[in-house]
Amino acid sequence: MELRVENLSCQRGGLTVLEGVSFALGPGEAVVLRGPNGIGKTTLLRTIAGLQPPVAGQVEAPEDCMAYAGHADGLKGPLTVTQNLSFWAQVYGVADIAPALELYALGPLVDRQAQDLSAGQKRRLGLARMMVTGRPIWILDEPTVSLDAANVALFGEMISGHLSAGGMALMATHIELGIEARTLDLAPYKAVAPAEETELDEAFL
Amino acid sequence: MKALLLRDLALAVKAGGGFGLSLAFFLIVTVLIPFGVGPDTGILSEVASGVLWVGALLACLLSLDRIFQLDFEDGSLDLLVTAPLPLEGLVAVKAFAHWLTTGLPLTLMAPVLAVLLNLDPAGFPWLVVSLALGTPALSMIGTFGAALTVGLKRGGLLLSLLVLPLYVPTLIFGAETVRRAVDGFDTTTPLLMLAGITLGTIALLPFAAAAAIRINLR
Repeated sequence: MELRVENLSCQRGGLTVLEGVSFALGPGEAVVLRGPNGIGKTTLLRTIAGLQPPVAGQVEAPEDCMAYAGHADGLKGPLTVTQNLSFWAQVYGVADIAPALELYALGPLVDRQAQDLSAGQKRRLGLARMMVTGRPIWILDEPTVSLDAANVALFGEMISGHLSAGGMALMATHIELGIEARTLDLAPYKAVAPAEETELDEAFL
Repeated sequence: MKALLLRDLALAVKAGGGFGLSLAFFLIVTVLIPFGVGPDTGILSEVASGVLWVGALLACLLSLDRIFQLDFEDGSLDLLVTAPLPLEGLVAVKAFAHWLTTGLPLTLMAPVLAVLLNLDPAGFPWLVVSLALGTPALSMIGTFGAALTVGLKRGGLLLSLLVLPLYVPTLIFGAETVRRAVDGFDTTTPLLMLAGITLGTIALLPFAAAAAIRINLR
């Protein structure tokens, strides 16, 4: 199993932001995307996750093997921690949410409503969701936002565990996670400003 | 799918959900009409079928923008789209959950409120039948409208403008069914038209709504 990105160009708001991105990710490997704000890390991750079509190039990966986590955690405030997590476990057909709860030390919080959690606790719950997807390729957008140092370390452990089990991870982050990962600097792929903005009259830009 | 349905139902009945809103609105409309029109029972029973249908339709419209907007704002729509659920199925489940929390209770409450408007007794069963047949179309069309406007801030206004004209055929045949029943005519034709609209929207609109969501998430 392999995730292969070839010559990928992606656009945001009708403008091409990245061009010619190519890399491959094999079992047990992780790639960390780096680059200044606005370079297109999120856009690239969303394109690879299939949330938007690429302008050019292709993403090759076996079907149904990616799990995506964006900036927002996708939690429902009125539902408890257990309800939130077991919903995703059911969607992905995974039976047991206990390991995910344990790893992120969410045990004491299981009956709290998600809206009563702190920002860091919400983030931990959002990351615990990745555990219950059972998918090998994780696509994580700024996973360590609002985590304290101890939980960043926990997250690093989770990623290491995932990688040593043959999983893959593609992340955009600015923090050193203490894991073995290749770094992909996106600055060289920045698209040259187009001479004219084409197709701006297209509906649903 | 089942998990999504249960989650949507749980969210709708919890605080901040749209469950009570539509019912309360329907109640308010039908209680206020006699005050506005006057206590003349003749006039009231004349307009009862139309008012009940319009009230149910507007009540349905109220909770439409919650179908996708909340999921979009907290990021779960992105996660649902990348989850192993067909997007068309997701849309259909969302519409079904919306119907269970608005259309079905409205249908069940309509005969009680029809008493307030002095609807002719002959119309009662047909009111329930026509609402039961017609409200799924309202939910499905509304889900399509919600999918079209999902990325827009304050998309509620545009949503109502988009959806209202699409609601007109359902309203015409629904109210016509009840009116014909009250007047003692055969109700088969408007009921068949109503059933046709509902089945057509259920067959086609999940695909259109799924396409709209894909475009809006870009």
